[in-house]
Amino acid sequence: MTELLLARAQMAMFFAFHIVFAVAGMGMPVLMVIAEGAHLRTGKPVFLELARRWARGTAVLFAVGAVSGTVLSFELGLLWPRFMAFSGGIIGLPFALEGFAFFAEAIFLGIYLYGWGRVPPLAHLLSGVAVALGGVLSGVLVVAANAWMNSPTGFLLLDGKPTAVDPIAAMLNPAWPTEAIHMTLAAFAAAGFAVAGIHAYKLLRDRENLFHRHALAIAIAVGGAASVLQPVSGDFNARFAARNQPAKLAAMEGQWRTERGAPLRIGGLPDAARETTRFAIEIPRGLSLLAFHDPDAEVKGLQAFPRDERPPPAPVHLAFQFMVACGTTLAAVSLVGAWLARKDREGLYRPRFLRAVVACSPLGILAVEAGWAVTELGRQPWVIRGVMRTSDAATPVSGLALPFAFFSALYLALGVAAAWLLRREVAQSPSFPRGDGILRNEGGQE
Amino acid sequence: MPPLPDLVAGSILVSLIIYALLGGADFGSGVWDLLSRGPRAALQRLLIAHAIGPVWESNHIWLIIAVVVLFSGFPQAFAVLSTALFVPVTLMLAGIVMRGAAFAFHSYRLHDEGGRSRWGTIFAAASLLTPVLLGTIAGAISSGKIRAQEAIAVGASLTWLAPFPLSVGLLTLAVFSHLAAVYLIFETTDPDLREDFRLRALWASVAVAALLILTPILAHAGASDFYGALLGSGWSVGLVFLTASAALGAQVALLLRAFPLARICAAAQAASILAGWGLAQYPFLVRPDLTVVSTASPPATLRLILYSLAAGAVLLFPALFILLRVFKREALFGHPRDPNTV
Repeated sequence: MTELLLARAQMAMFFAFHIVFAVAGMGMPVLMVIAEGAHLRTGKPVFLELARRWARGTAVLFAVGAVSGTVLSFELGLLWPRFMAFSGGIIGLPFALEGFAFFAEAIFLGIYLYGWGRVPPLAHLLSGVAVALGGVLSGVLVVAANAWMNSPTGFLLLDGKPTAVDPIAAMLNPAWPTEAIHMTLAAFAAAGFAVAGIHAYKLLRDRENLFHRHALAIAIAVGGAASVLQPVSGDFNARFAARNQPAKLAAMEGQWRTERGAPLRIGGLPDAARETTRFAIEIPRGLSLLAFHDPDAEVKGLQAFPRDERPPPAPVHLAFQFMVACGTTLAAVSLVGAWLARKDREGLYRPRFLRAVVACSPLGILAVEAGWAVTELGRQPWVIRGVMRTSDAATPVSGLALPFAFFSALYLALGVAAAWLLRREVAQSPSFPRGDGILRNEGGQE
Repeated sequence: MPPLPDLVAGSILVSLIIYALLGGADFGSGVWDLLSRGPRAALQRLLIAHAIGPVWESNHIWLIIAVVVLFSGFPQAFAVLSTALFVPVTLMLAGIVMRGAAFAFHSYRLHDEGGRSRWGTIFAAASLLTPVLLGTIAGAISSGKIRAQEAIAVGASLTWLAPFPLSVGLLTLAVFSHLAAVYLIFETTDPDLREDFRLRALWASVAVAALLILTPILAHAGASDFYGALLGSGWSVGLVFLTASAALGAQVALLLRAFPLARICAAAQAASILAGWGLAQYPFLVRPDLTVVSTASPPATLRLILYSLAAGAVLLFPALFILLRVFKREALFGHPRDPNTV
């Protein structure tokens, strides 16, 4: 592998790892706050136990997310010094604001985790709300920087150097709103379904356990709502890409020729040598309709771009198809869940639905990973679209295989350790048996 | 009012000082976990875990603030430093990851197992290595051996592997350990544990004093421009006086068991060492090629950084106060410990 590929692979590895914990940091606090809110409203101890358990999980995930996020803020310079020298003054603002959002998250998480019984119940709940807000806000702000790389604004280029820098305009770049909403919904869907899957798995063995019943209901409500909204947000993103990043859209859809009434391809494998996408199911005019809301609209194909300005179509197309497949499955399962629970919640606890939720458990995370692959690979060969090539941004330092191997091994160990700790937590699930319609165990103990 | 680049550079220094006083002490606590000995070793480790558990993550963020302000305000300097000091920065990151994650795993299981786990050992060892690297990086920045053109063209340099940067690394370790030992005295009412940490604080203060003499001597040969600025400026006498009296004050206060005074002196000593480093660096960010002015972002960016720092401070300091008020009440505000809480 060349040093450039090693740098890219290393950055991809850092992101792929961090994003799992970042998603947990955005989604988990919402779940624990809902559980604690339910406890304050109903006084039932099962909700308190749920909030405590979810908070313990959040603590481990947040800690790993905090340190892997620190690594990323340094690696921007270690691996991409020329990118940072160019863009630090333009896009540093959202990073600085993100620092504060993250600060708030850490402070209030400290109060939340260690403050049970030390701060008044309402203040404790509000700390949890602050954690959730801080998590979402820091995610949204980091995405602003990525959105800027897709749609760079807020500066003029003069002799290869930025002038007339306007950091506010850079932060408020046109890609930000759609990307930020998409990422936030994805985080809720991923965290919601990952958690719901765990509790569904436990319910398959212990169907009357109230702890898991409430947990599943809360997690699937959050994950399901986000999953159902996500296709709408995806439509905005795709239409934005069609107008502003036509090369990315063409790669996502495996569209080689520029044509009116372009078909929507399901599946298929883009063949760069023959400049065609084979084995796809084609829905006539589908792509034009989706991308421009007009069945006869012209869609730019990859052939409209010089070869050295095309993203790699095969991985982008495949990652995009995979993301859409995961997202569609989650949305469908969420709608089924809503239908089953239309009269009362009992419908959610049918074994067949529980098995479906277990099967869907990893799909949200996988969709997040695939979606990031789409947005990052789809921007290539640019690190700042149209302004700086990735190859011009990389560090002159050689021997990158060593840190890559080291951090891969370290992160693997951390991931396994975190999973093992959480597995123990799940294995020792509390027992809140459900009586014959009478909630025997609730309200009595505190 | 001072010019914008100076204000932004100053805010980086302030963040680093706060980081040293808070996050540095968390690292130092890890060192004392590693060095826990004697009949109360398990109790010492438990005390350390309880002391840093609620606060280490928010303390850690001061470093992120410093880095983010550096790369937004002085992107060229960030690029040169990241390239030239690729190796120690990468190692420091490994230390930060291992310290943080291992502590989280360690304290997650502490309540049912107690004592020292494998994670506890990793946490403690990483707490020892990270400050050394942090200080080494600071020393290398001052050494005058990092050349901007060369870094961008050639890549990583080995200038940090020299006596002066490494002595700054050891000084950082000693200062963090000293702070931690002094702070930990306030975390318990057990007289034996307090005595344990008093003795550790005294040993650490001796190490700090020795390194405060050794480091400038090494700077004379290894970082001559920095040495000249550090000891030949108008403010040098004041700085040396302040640092020396804080160091001496901390030792005397520890000997007399005047712990609140010892804490003030320990913090003043750490702050004055860092302030002296910052003053002697000025007007350079990276000696000898990159100055504060030459690498500064456009004024619009600098102004926004300062606004967001001010807004962040207004919003976060009350929150930070609440955090410390809840968990460090006994240690900071001297209220009697509630017997029902751990």
